[in-house]
Amino acid sequence: MFAEIKQRFRKVLPDLPFCSLRYVVKRSEEITVRNHIAEPPVLNYDTGAMITVIEAGGLGYAATSDLSTAGLYEAIIRARQWAQRSRHYSVTNFSKIPMPHPQGEYHSPIQTPWESLSIAEKIALLQHEAQQCPADPRLVETELGLEWTDSKHYYLTNAGGEVYQHIQQIVPHISVIANEGLITQRRSFGAHGHSQQGGLEILDRVGFYGACRTLADEALMLLSAPDCPTDTRDLVLAPDQMLLQIHESIGHPLELDRILGDERNYAGTSFVNMEMFGTYQYGSPLLNVSFDPTISEQFASYGFDDEGTAAKKTYVIREGILQAPLGGISSQYRAGSTGVANARACSWNRPPIDRMANLNIDAGDSSLDEIIASTERGIFMQTNISWSIDDSRNKFQFGCEMGQLIENGKLTQVVRNPNYRGISATFWRNLHKVGNQSTFQVLGVPFCGKGEPNQVIQVGHASPVCAFTDVEVFGGAA
Amino acid sequence: MEQYFYQLMDYLTSQLHGAEIFLCEFEGEHSDFTRFNHAKIRQAGTVEQRYLTLDFIDGARHANAKLTLSGEKLLDQAQLLTILNNLRAILPGLPSDPHLLYATEINSSEHLGNNALPHPKDAVMEIINQVQGNDFVGIYAEGGIFKGFANSLGQRNWHSSYSFNLDWSFYHSQDKAVKTAYAGLHWNNAAFQQKVDRALQELELLKQPSRKIPRGKYRVYLAPAALSEICGMLAWDGFSAKAHCSKQSPLLRMSQAPQQNLHPSITLREHTAGGIAPAFQAQGFIKPDAVTLIENGVWKNPLISPRSAQEFGLITNGADEEEMPNSLQLAAGDFPQADVLKTLDTGVYINNLWYLNYSDRAACRITGMTRFASFWVENGEIVAPLDVMRFDETIFNILGDNLLALTQEQEMIIDSDTYEQRSVNSTLMSGALVKDFTFTL
Repeated sequence: MFAEIKQRFRKVLPDLPFCSLRYVVKRSEEITVRNHIAEPPVLNYDTGAMITVIEAGGLGYAATSDLSTAGLYEAIIRARQWAQRSRHYSVTNFSKIPMPHPQGEYHSPIQTPWESLSIAEKIALLQHEAQQCPADPRLVETELGLEWTDSKHYYLTNAGGEVYQHIQQIVPHISVIANEGLITQRRSFGAHGHSQQGGLEILDRVGFYGACRTLADEALMLLSAPDCPTDTRDLVLAPDQMLLQIHESIGHPLELDRILGDERNYAGTSFVNMEMFGTYQYGSPLLNVSFDPTISEQFASYGFDDEGTAAKKTYVIREGILQAPLGGISSQYRAGSTGVANARACSWNRPPIDRMANLNIDAGDSSLDEIIASTERGIFMQTNISWSIDDSRNKFQFGCEMGQLIENGKLTQVVRNPNYRGISATFWRNLHKVGNQSTFQVLGVPFCGKGEPNQVIQVGHASPVCAFTDVEVFGGAA
Repeated sequence: MEQYFYQLMDYLTSQLHGAEIFLCEFEGEHSDFTRFNHAKIRQAGTVEQRYLTLDFIDGARHANAKLTLSGEKLLDQAQLLTILNNLRAILPGLPSDPHLLYATEINSSEHLGNNALPHPKDAVMEIINQVQGNDFVGIYAEGGIFKGFANSLGQRNWHSSYSFNLDWSFYHSQDKAVKTAYAGLHWNNAAFQQKVDRALQELELLKQPSRKIPRGKYRVYLAPAALSEICGMLAWDGFSAKAHCSKQSPLLRMSQAPQQNLHPSITLREHTAGGIAPAFQAQGFIKPDAVTLIENGVWKNPLISPRSAQEFGLITNGADEEEMPNSLQLAAGDFPQADVLKTLDTGVYINNLWYLNYSDRAACRITGMTRFASFWVENGEIVAPLDVMRFDETIFNILGDNLLALTQEQEMIIDSDTYEQRSVNSTLMSGALVKDFTFTL
């Protein structure tokens, strides 16, 4: 089909300064077993293309699922009309942006193909895992799921650009709900955080097998645990909470389109401004953060973004100092700055905007035991359950599924409903221990919402365990 | 598009074997999106999409497939047949689904919207002309939205509408802005001008030095858009039968003994007849005009999807699979809007809330931020814009013991969400005066 699309595109392509076609063929399957009963499998077949035209300073796009020669011709006309209509009113002269005409390929690494097991065998796999949970009447819901996505992205430009990217991802999911009276507690498998690229080997790699039993035991334990205390203490975060902490209070504030104001009506602005890059002390000297599309199994790895820029690893924070924003080539031109290859669209029917993709914290040199042993009065929190942050990405409040107090260098009482709050601009400066490679996990989630029109996209966040001093923590409403 | 969908459904019916059944949903739109920043165009374009969701059933076994339609008959028929055969091959390996339930009584319907929209080029030019000289940011979306249902038993439903939604903010500086929306079926330049003028008047108030307040408990007025955010949070599992039966609902304390109630002035309904969403759903059931969720502060009914009905031994009330309201209506109060500032006296006037989440779901404690234009009020007068504040408060306080009044006047808020497709959800909301509202950061 790619050859046919290319041929049709070339056939209808008028003489334009810039025109691209982004063709997406996405297949997915969702398998879910809830309370030991298989839900009907869901198969998705999504195919379409977006044409982008830059002409006389204006930019227009048109998305269509009509991939015939006539359909693509019509899409070019509509995209061109929007480019022409907007040319005198655009935020920038789009014609001056040096749009790439790349050539290349990217493929997710696959060891055990998703199709190597039938749907019936995958249901049996999930049912087998669910059966490991104890038969306790307080376990009111157990849900296990696997979602596989196979996306083929084909990008063509009018000047010979041609990129093919084949990305396969699996989102493994487990959720266990325990209830007693009015108390309900949840434990999940990293809150969808173990999403990765690859085949069924992911399940071994992320520890899916046997996890349901552990989560069920923990959910039951939380029912009788005391509430998290309300005070100020050291906070140690597991990677499946660091994921959210990085995402909300480093990733979003560094997105260049937010800094440029594009998102002010929806996802919000940023407390970061252009003058801060190169000098601003974002975190303690232990903080090193990179935009890294090169970890092959990470959820949002790719070779090229949706504006055709080749992706490479770039530090955005080094030794605590802010270095570079997260902006694709269009935003870079508008801001007069450097950036990264992160102009991404969720599918064929939405235009690319600045997204964070993989944003990772480098491992440090402390083992988890050393971090705990060095903490006199603290709390260890795992797995995000609640997230809220202001529109400048500063005042945040996050909650976790499970907490465990740290007293005199030892993990002690498990507590439920652990929450903490802080301010991004100061929180990261209180980073005082960074876990070593043994604590490092490559995580990712499929749900980052942003943009007008709205888009949900996948992001990756790899992180070690991290420890912060003097954080306000608190529990539930009782 | 209606006839195209029905022809495709007739074709699909002709391809069934024996006792096979299908249920099909159609979701299509032709949308023009223009995104603005600094009163200029950031991105403009057109999206034309058609999705079909097929539930293929044989006895108690079934599987779903969602596919993009090209709009080209032979191509779509061929694709549909391939997928049908895939599902047919999968079904024997699946266990029976004890929770399968679909409508067997035929209830066909047709709602045809009238396309009175302006050409998108004209609307965009009018917007640019009206907002020049101001820091304007937002999105204009317009076009047709098409929803359909069909099954092999012969039921056919269609709902088309042609609407626009301009969702925008005027910014003063940094995070100080006035958020406004203009949505409807008929664009009116004068009505738009009025909205712009009103927003610009409010923007003037934001030019005063802002006020920081310490954390603590305050009297607040939640304007309809802010209260709609709170009710939107409740929509996340609050009214779901599945969430109640599996003990995950944030309103579990209302449905389970010892029952906790809200203020007697709180009556919430899923008011399909008053909204803009279609009255049919994916399993072919027709939604009643209204389902009362909470009446006079007391838990009344959950939203029950066919699947939950089958699982928990309930009777479906036509809810979608997600069991979330599409057309939530709060009964109006008796307090005049004109008296809000005077009665608020000293406190916070909150136009918008943002990024809400449960900080203790079991207790329905919600955290979130003030956003856009919120003001500090003293002696019944607005004295300063407020720096953003975080709240953390249970619904049993906000809409329970601490609720002082709901306004008589209400706003119909058309959802501007465009995740995957343009939303057809709406809420009808009052404003609320609340005491002892807890700000924590």
